This record gives sequence, C-alpha cells and structure tokens, in this order.
Amino acid sequence: MISVAGLTKDYGARRAIENLTFETRQGEVVGFLGPNGAGKTTTMRILTGYMPPTSGMAKVAGYDVVAESLDVRRRVGYLPETVPLYPDMTVFDYLKFMADLRHLPNAENMVDDALEMVGMESRAEGYISALSKGMRQRIGLAQALLHKPEVLILDEPTIGLDPAQVVEVRNVIREIGKERTVLLSTHILTEAQALCDRVLIINKGHIVVEDSPENLQARLAGAERSVLRVRGDAEDLAPKIAKIEGVQRASLQPDGSVEFQFVPGRDVRPIVARTVIEAGYDLLELHPVGMSLEEIFLELTREDKKEK
Amino acid sequence: MRNIWTIARREYKHYFISPIAYIMALVVLLVIGIYFTIVLYYYSNQAMMYGATPPDTTIIIGPMATIFVFATPALTMRLLADEQRMGTLELLLTAPVRDGELVIGKWLGAFFFVLTIIAITLIYPIILNRLSNPGIDQGIMVASYIAIILLVASYVAIGTAMSSFFSNQFAAFFATLAVLLIFWWLIRLPTYILPSGFFNSLFTYLDLNGRFNSMLGGSISLSDIIYPFSLITLGLVLGTVAVEIRRWR
Repeated sequence: MISVAGLTKDYGARRAIENLTFETRQGEVVGFLGPNGAGKTTTMRILTGYMPPTSGMAKVAGYDVVAESLDVRRRVGYLPETVPLYPDMTVFDYLKFMADLRHLPNAENMVDDALEMVGMESRAEGYISALSKGMRQRIGLAQALLHKPEVLILDEPTIGLDPAQVVEVRNVIREIGKERTVLLSTHILTEAQALCDRVLIINKGHIVVEDSPENLQARLAGAERSVLRVRGDAEDLAPKIAKIEGVQRASLQPDGSVEFQFVPGRDVRPIVARTVIEAGYDLLELHPVGMSLEEIFLELTREDKKEK
Repeated sequence: MRNIWTIARREYKHYFISPIAYIMALVVLLVIGIYFTIVLYYYSNQAMMYGATPPDTTIIIGPMATIFVFATPALTMRLLADEQRMGTLELLLTAPVRDGELVIGKWLGAFFFVLTIIAITLIYPIILNRLSNPGIDQGIMVASYIAIILLVASYVAIGTAMSSFFSNQFAAFFATLAVLLIFWWLIRLPTYILPSGFFNSLFTYLDLNGRFNSMLGGSISLSDIIYPFSLITLGLVLGTVAVEIRRWR
C-alpha cells in the first residue's frame, strides 16, 4: 500500500531523512516511532503529496507521490500534527467543505458517517472554535476519514489529549486499521505497542529498526532490570548486590534507590531480596522497570554501530 | 473548475463573518456616500447659479478607485497568509486540489466580495439618474463600472499574490499596498521627467491610473482591457508559483 525506496529529503543544508526504505501492506497498522526531529513528519508530508522528496521514490496505493500526486491525495487521509481546522466554521460546514473538495457523492451522508465514526454527531452544528482540544483532534480525524481512504496517515494522533480521549482515539484507529492501511507516528512506545502490527523506529533520518512490537520487546530484553528501595542509606548495598551470581550490574541511583540488571530468564530477585534483608536493611520496594524510549534508542543506535 | 468554485464560495462566505471585511465595506461605502452628497450639493449650487451639465457616474467611480487601493490589501491580506499561519495550508495542499485552483479560488472569493461592495454603490447612479434631467449618460455608466471592476480584479490578484508570499498578514497588507501605490500612482511620475521615447511610453502604458481614466471617458480600447487582464494573470501565476515554492521548503 505504501512503498518507499531510498527516500531522502534535505532542507537546505540539513538532511531530514536519508535513504529511507520500507513497505506496508493493506490492513496493517504501522507505527512510526522516533524522537522529535527524527524525520517522521517529513516522511509523512512526502507520502501525502505535501512536499516532494529530494531524491528517492515513494508510492502510495500504487501511485507515485510526485508524478501522480493528485491520485495519491485522492486516496490518502491525512491528519497533520497541528490539526488543520477553520475555527470560524461549524463542524458540519468544515467537513462539507472538505467533502466538496474531494468531490464526494452524497457529501452530507459521508460527513455524517465520519462524525459518527469519531463520536461527534452531536456537535455537528457547533462552531469549531468552541470545541476542546480532544474534540478538535477528533474532527481532524473525521476529516482524514471522510472519503474512506485506502491509506490513513496520522501524525501524532493522540498528542495533547487526556487519557480518556487517548483511549477513544485509539479505539477509532484500531477499528479503521482492520481494513485500511494506517501509518501513524508517535513518540510514545506504549502507544505503538497498543496499536501497531509493526513498528518502524526512525532516528536522525534513518530507520533503525523495523519489527513487530512483540519482537522488538523480545529483542530489547537482552537484560532485565529492577529497582529496589530500602529505608535509610543504601550506599553499601549496591556492591553487595553486584556480587550476586546472575546480576550483571548494580548501581546507586541519585534518588537513593538501587537499580540492578540481571541475565534474562534467570530471575535473581528473590535472592536479591534475601541478601538485602540479611544485610540488615528494611526492604520497602522491589519492582521491575521497563526500558524508556530514550534507552531503547541508545540501545538500538549502539547495536547499529556494532553491526557496522 | 469545481474546486475553484468550492474554495471561492468558502472564501466569500468567510468575509461575512469577518469584522475586517465589514469595516472595509463600511469605510468604502461611507466615504463614497459622503463624497457623493457633497459633490451633488456643489453641482446643484453651480446649476442654480450658472446653469451646468449634470455630473455623471465618474464622480463616484473616480474616488472609489483610490479608496480600493487602501481597502483591497485589508481584504486580501489573509487569503493565503492566514492558511499558512493556521496550518490549514497543509490541509489544502494535501487535498486533491491543484495549486493553481487554490490560488484562483482564493482570488475569486475575494473578488466576489469586492463586487458585492461595488454592487451596493449602484444606488448612486440610480439616484443621480432620478435627480438629473434628462438622466445620466448610460454609456459612461456602463464603461465606468467595467473599468472599476477590471481595476479591482487586478488589485485583488496582486493582493492574492502578496498573501501567498508571506505567512504574516500584515506583511502581506503592506506589500500589497506598496505594489498598488506603485501601479496606481508612482509609475506615472517618471513620465514627467523622461524624454519621450521607449521608457516614457512604457511607463505611460503601465500607469494603471491613466488606463482607468481613459476608460472612464467612455472609450474602452483593447489595450485598456488587456492590461488589467495581464495583471490578473501575472498575480495568479505568481501566487501559484509561491504556493509551489512553499512545498519545497
């Protein structure tokens, strides 16, 4: 549905993305994961026909994004990062305007369908300026869904929403993703895990990793980590834990807790707990910690270098 | 074609919820109304004392052309600049709409709004026709309205182009004003100092004011019409190119 080969984009002297290559299939939800400035928005803007690439090729729904831009734009629904709305229009008028630009037959019914899909039917006659951020996001989504596009491209669709709204928007995306191809960008790992069949991690304009969230997790589980907290000073504790067999590393954290890492599949936590108590400390807390996105990037980019 | 119409319609409707549009319409109509009343008193006094020919439509169309030099930039400044600022340009540029259709649609919407204001001023020729005997010269009326319509169409095209160059409305306003002042007023000045020759005739040709006045006289030559049409085309082409350049940045 989307096929990208050797895509490169320069903004003046700055290279935003370099030699990007990936494919997505129909009915697949693909997550585009990366820190701010990684090149996610640039890639999406190229795929939606907003801007041409400096070099490389991209096809969406079988059409070239440069040579057949209008054909691509007809088949793509796009929600940019800043939701593009006209505050002085009513929700219905706004969507009707977009439907007219897309030459939709029964535009009014299509608008109603899109509003129903995002659960905003009751606000059709209201002005966009009176809507909350979450509602605006949903109207933006309705705009992207309006023409029932083959490919849906969503740039940070849940950014700035409250937790309840995040759940709602995710449900809408999951529903759409059953039949259509969805490419969504996010910098939240859990979001990618919750929604996507496949994840592309992009950093500094390069694809670092391309995998399913499950595999990614497994790949990153090269080490398991836990944090423990005791009453009082834990300064002498870290070296003791480090000596336990199976523990790779233990260190005192600035907040007074001790973080330790152990070989996966060899759960040393009971031994660690016993050691702590035997050493005369009161154990208050012992819990596993997941890898943060930053750490995943560090991990992956390090791997990247090693492979090279 | 259909896209042009969709965009023009939205733009036209937008003017009716925009305070700036109402203020501009009010200013234009108020100034012309006051001017019309004063000129009418002047003429009737003259007529009573010396007997004089009644005025024709040019007494309102003439000042209208100057007022629109200042009113048009205020009406066109937000056309594309505001889309850029609000992020909605991304929406329009990823919709299946050609860049040219977008620019023409914007121009058309603003042009229709200015036409609406001009249509309201038709009340003055009607009043004039009733007050004077044997009525006003219909030929001059039609010619002067054609002249003002062509003139504002070119003003609006220049404004549309300027609005596509800038992301800031006020920059677009002042740039449009500057260009309009050049074409309406400044471009004539070199003809006073240049010896007759190529450049003198070039500046004379480019003087929008001179073209306009010759049309007001009731005689419309082909070049009088070609000139505003070239300005409109130039404005729309430049606007489209500016939108395309935005894609590359």
